[in-house]
Amino acid sequence: MDFKFTAEEEAFRQEVKDWLKAAIPPRWRELPTGFWQETEESWKLSRQFQRNLGSKGWLAPAYPVELGGAGLGHIKRLILAEELTYHDAPVSIETEITVNWVGMALQHFGSEQQKKDYIPRIAKGDIIFCLGYSEPNAGSDLASLQTRAVEQGDTYVINGQKTWCSYAHYADYCWLGAITDPDAPKHHNMSMFVVDMKNPGITIRPLINVIGCHSFNEVFFDDVRIPKDSLVGVKNNGWFQLAMALDFERSGVQTAAVNKLLLDHMVNYARTNKRGGKLLSKDPILRNLMAEMAIEIEVARMLCYRIAWIYSKGGHSNYESSQAMIFGSELLRRISDAGMQVLGQYGQLAYGSHRAVARAEMCRSYLASLSIGVGGGTNEIQRNIIAMRGLGLPRK
Amino acid sequence: MDLGLNEEQEMLRKSAREFLSKECPKKLVRELDESDTGFSRDLWKKMAELGWIGLPFPEKFGGNGGTLFDLIVLLDEMGYNIVPGPFFSTVVLSGFTLLEAGSDEQKQSYLSKICSGEMVMTFALTELDGTYLPKSIETAAKNKGNHYVLNGTKLFVPDANIADFMLVAARTKSSSNPEEGISIFLVDAKSPGVRVTLLKTLGRDKLCEVVFEDVKVPEKSLVGKLDSGWPIIKSILRKATVAKCAEMVGGAQASLDMAVNYAKERVQFNRPIGSFQAIQHYCANMVTDVDGSRFITYKAAWTESEGLPSDMEVSMAKAWTSEAYKRVAVLAHQIFGAIGFTMDHDMHLYFRRAKAGELAYGDADFHREIVAAQLGL
Ligand SMILES: Cc1cc2nc3c(=O)[nH]c(=O)nc-3n(C[C@H](O)[C@H](O)[C@H](O)COP(=O)(O)OP(=O)(O)OC[C@H]3O[C@@H](n4cnc5c(N)ncnc54)[C@H](O)[C@@H]3O)c2cc1C
Repeated sequence: MDFKFTAEEEAFRQEVKDWLKAAIPPRWRELPTGFWQETEESWKLSRQFQRNLGSKGWLAPAYPVELGGAGLGHIKRLILAEELTYHDAPVSIETEITVNWVGMALQHFGSEQQKKDYIPRIAKGDIIFCLGYSEPNAGSDLASLQTRAVEQGDTYVINGQKTWCSYAHYADYCWLGAITDPDAPKHHNMSMFVVDMKNPGITIRPLINVIGCHSFNEVFFDDVRIPKDSLVGVKNNGWFQLAMALDFERSGVQTAAVNKLLLDHMVNYARTNKRGGKLLSKDPILRNLMAEMAIEIEVARMLCYRIAWIYSKGGHSNYESSQAMIFGSELLRRISDAGMQVLGQYGQLAYGSHRAVARAEMCRSYLASLSIGVGGGTNEIQRNIIAMRGLGLPRK
Repeated sequence: MDLGLNEEQEMLRKSAREFLSKECPKKLVRELDESDTGFSRDLWKKMAELGWIGLPFPEKFGGNGGTLFDLIVLLDEMGYNIVPGPFFSTVVLSGFTLLEAGSDEQKQSYLSKICSGEMVMTFALTELDGTYLPKSIETAAKNKGNHYVLNGTKLFVPDANIADFMLVAARTKSSSNPEEGISIFLVDAKSPGVRVTLLKTLGRDKLCEVVFEDVKVPEKSLVGKLDSGWPIIKSILRKATVAKCAEMVGGAQASLDMAVNYAKERVQFNRPIGSFQAIQHYCANMVTDVDGSRFITYKAAWTESEGLPSDMEVSMAKAWTSEAYKRVAVLAHQIFGAIGFTMDHDMHLYFRRAKAGELAYGDADFHREIVAAQLGL
């Protein structure tokens, strides 16, 4: 075993850090941080940043250079993702969805024309996708979705309702799952489409999350007509494609990096603030707590590094991604709670309050951490995956 | 031993549940949460008419002659429903202080106005470091003949934005023992030099910063004996702590009930999610946390209510309940999936209060330290 990064990888990390110093606009540091682009202003800043990142090939570092990526290997991608998140760069769930979920699936299953149409623009940061998976009655049980796509002449006509679509209100396209053969059994009845969000018949209704931020939406499709060639891959094979798309390397290192960022901030706070006449960093309980968090972050990180390593050896991660996701997301809850404890009464001060500390990042992440074991497959479903796929336990 | 409520308490619980679900629906809770006052005069008046505001105070001051334990039963229900407003600061923090330390005249003129619902009051105790330790009280009250002059900053003061009067803990004498030299004053919130800034909090409760700048208070505003305020504050903090626990137990119960109902209704994979073992185990853990919190809280309340030494019991209750409510609220959120992560859903109202409750009157670490000391460590 060897836990060292190579000199070249370390140099790359330094290059990323140096670049980030100048690339993150100072104004970004004044806006509410992390998790979601909350306002028009933060959305615009982050889109511009993503284009700058794209021009270096770093927005889609895994894509081949000729498609606008940087052709980076798994370890360098890990490093890049870690540094971007640790430095609170303006990238968030919209990039993850567009670049890693949709872009990777398109490269795998898309026609040559589709690849030409979308991949370079994704890599440059010119277009954003939203995910049209979940429906009111299809959450964890995604296969019971009901949105229909019916062939009519040279079009498909789409009817149905999607929900929780992150950034649908800004997205250029929707990556949509819809039933194309209602008579076929579950898992053999669905296809994937790229739908232009400017199509008539699409209605978007905002859903406000508990932070008070408009990040996700309900999206209604009423007789939306799309060209036939919007279907991606093989008709009625969407479930398989979707399952594959969920399997593309997702190390989850971003969550580990957020955790580290929050820990460093709370350590800093503890070293410079007093309570009851005593420096917080001298309080044995808080010391114990922060030490425990540092240890758990190390565990979280190794679980993520393992995934990148498996891929770098040409392997394929299976239940290991679920492990990293569960551990990282549950750790974010513990870290946010620990941060609140370190801040004491100041932790409850919300963004914009008199006397709030550090843009109320701890308070916001305390709320945000509720969603992180839900979105993208709940932790219960992830545990089912570990038990059945990883440990071979029986399904029934 | 009798671990049940008596008949009157059962009735109080039942009628509180009915009254609050009708008169304080979640729509009102949200409106108040989002407003700058957090106060419905209409609801306040109705609660006064029901005798709730005067529940634990003697009849001769317009109260209902009940006990602290009766109040706990009511607060449990108030936590269950969520009732924004200055009930806690007025009744628990201020009413008990006046009852325990006020002169007859102060009780006649202030406590009776509290009971009748005419007066909203709070206690400005904590300062910049946000702790409940005597040494962090630095606000000074200087004697200038027939009046005192107050200077200092209080932080995290509940409901100061709407209070008519405030009790203020201030230093009247410096001493090597931080418990000595603290006095309590009753200050008109409209006095010149009092400046209140509303804070924006996770719990959306109305916590404030209160700055006192050369505030003149007459000598007769002293509550209790000069320089001997700390023992009173300690006694009030014990009551406030166990009262907060009761609210939290109610909130945890509501979170559990909501989640269990949802688990029975929400169907995924052609079966109610409550039929999945993962969800069942969550519910089992939650109900155990709720019941455990209720018993440990009620025991502490009973001990304090009976006038027995209760430091240990109260701290045990707060340490346990602070963390149990949080666990319950997080699991409830998990059971709700994405729908619970929306502003329109009620679950976050409880999640927020679980944190606010934990921070109020000392978190689990603070109280475990007291337990450790009580154990002789
Ligand atoms: C912040 C956020 C962003 C999101 N963004 C998007 C998006 O852009 N596009 C999109 O399509 N979706 C999005 N989602 C939706 C997300 O994919 C779903 O929330 C998720 O799949 C869970 O579905 P649900 O919320 O309906 O919960 P449910 O499936 O109803 O689950 C409720 C509870 O039951 C449990 N449960 C369900 N089945 C089982 C089982 N078999 N065993 C044990 N427990 C079980 C769950 O784990 C959960 O605790 C987002 C969600 C969030 C929170």
